[in-house]
Amino acid sequence: MEKATFETKVGLAEMLKGGVIMDVTNADQAKIAEDAGAVAVMALERIPADIRQAGGVSRMSDPAMIAAIQECVSIPVMAKCRIGHFAEAQILEHMKIDFIDESEVLTPADEANHIDKHQFKAPFVCGCRDLGEALRRIGEGAAMIRTKGEAGTGNVVEAVRHMRQVMGDIRRLTTLREDEMMSFAKNLGAPYELVKLTAKLGRLPVPNFAAGGIATPADASLMMQLGAEAVFVGSGIFKSADPLPRAKAIVESVTHYEDPEVLLRVSTNLGEAMVGIEMKDLPEEEQLAKRGW
Amino acid sequence: MARKIGVLALQGDFAKHMAMLETLGVETLAIKKPQQLEECDALIIPGGESTTLTKLMVKYGFYEPLREFSRRHPVMGTCAGAILVAKDVDDPRVQPLGLMNIAAKRNAYGRQVDSFVTDINTPMLAGAPTFPAVFIRAPKISAVRNGVEILMSSAGEPVMVQEGNILAVTFHPELTKDNRIHRYFLELTSD
Repeated sequence: MEKATFETKVGLAEMLKGGVIMDVTNADQAKIAEDAGAVAVMALERIPADIRQAGGVSRMSDPAMIAAIQECVSIPVMAKCRIGHFAEAQILEHMKIDFIDESEVLTPADEANHIDKHQFKAPFVCGCRDLGEALRRIGEGAAMIRTKGEAGTGNVVEAVRHMRQVMGDIRRLTTLREDEMMSFAKNLGAPYELVKLTAKLGRLPVPNFAAGGIATPADASLMMQLGAEAVFVGSGIFKSADPLPRAKAIVESVTHYEDPEVLLRVSTNLGEAMVGIEMKDLPEEEQLAKRGW
Repeated sequence: MARKIGVLALQGDFAKHMAMLETLGVETLAIKKPQQLEECDALIIPGGESTTLTKLMVKYGFYEPLREFSRRHPVMGTCAGAILVAKDVDDPRVQPLGLMNIAAKRNAYGRQVDSFVTDINTPMLAGAPTFPAVFIRAPKISAVRNGVEILMSSAGEPVMVQEGNILAVTFHPELTKDNRIHRYFLELTSD
């Protein structure tokens, strides 16, 4: 018997497909998320919109708060560590977190290196803006990739940009001759073997989810139609006027993302969505997606 | 014989089941609404989150149509699907279909870091003597009652069981390259 292999790590990501992973900051929110049909929760002290407001250095959450959420839900519990902060990841793994998000939403701990994720039993998810970044993270051992988008803005434009970039890069790659792939890998800064594997599969070698700015059922449907296999919703649910119906509506919109009849029904009378931020009002140094490489 | 196999596609790894069935040359249908069941000769309920699947099955009125379907057609549940076909589940957050006289226990091996891969003896399958079974936050079949046959066991515990045309598998044959369990299921459709 072999425990916690790459196969079982990717396997859990496969099980989350077609689902919604919701950011929660306490046990009550976690219960609401589970009750709404979330496939997993992301436990963190402050959701991205509040991290933005608070400023300063944002770190891994207090394990006590994460443990309280593990206690009260039966679905997988994820938690975030800083980019490159493998000691935070070791703590999260020791508390049997089901998925670790090496996340640009927290302040990076290492500007040169991401975590060597192969060294861990817990699976990792990492953000990306293009195929090169996705394959670098997979090369380091990530079992799931998500778009970075721009967390805490309630603005889906960056997630769309990143998903279109990844999917477009893959489409271009699949048109290449094999003798053109080394050059493609060089230009992308991506591992050659993973470039070849992606070309053969016609998709990323691990599940490809959307995150960063998703606030409505229509946003979720848009990301699924652009190629996402599941959706993370951070601030979008618990920063809205009425979280439970919105959470349920987003769950349904991911299952029925191609069915306008369902999307119309679940989008109707949801109350106020979270207040969004226009990208032009966000100075470059406050853009979280620029963290990591 | 023209056969179309439905895969419940509300949430989970339904695409992996469909891909495996397609390598066996059968037509598949992603089932998102109960009325689509009428087009199918058999159904697979895939792995995923059983709480999420419960919510969506309630919301879209799957329970009675699926029970009715199972009286005439084979149904296979894998992982979360095995929980859903059971009669009893240890957790009130999950509402099982009760297609099979077993009890299921959720996440019975622990959290994700305890997920594992192991080779299981397969006396009922031709070919290789073992099957590479992938267990992910897997359930256990905690009670096997009258009329249920144990087809495969791991470490002394049942991991694949059958009652009539209903199969429950606690691991993930769709995540491997070994299609023998899917072939076994397809044979039930030709009876």
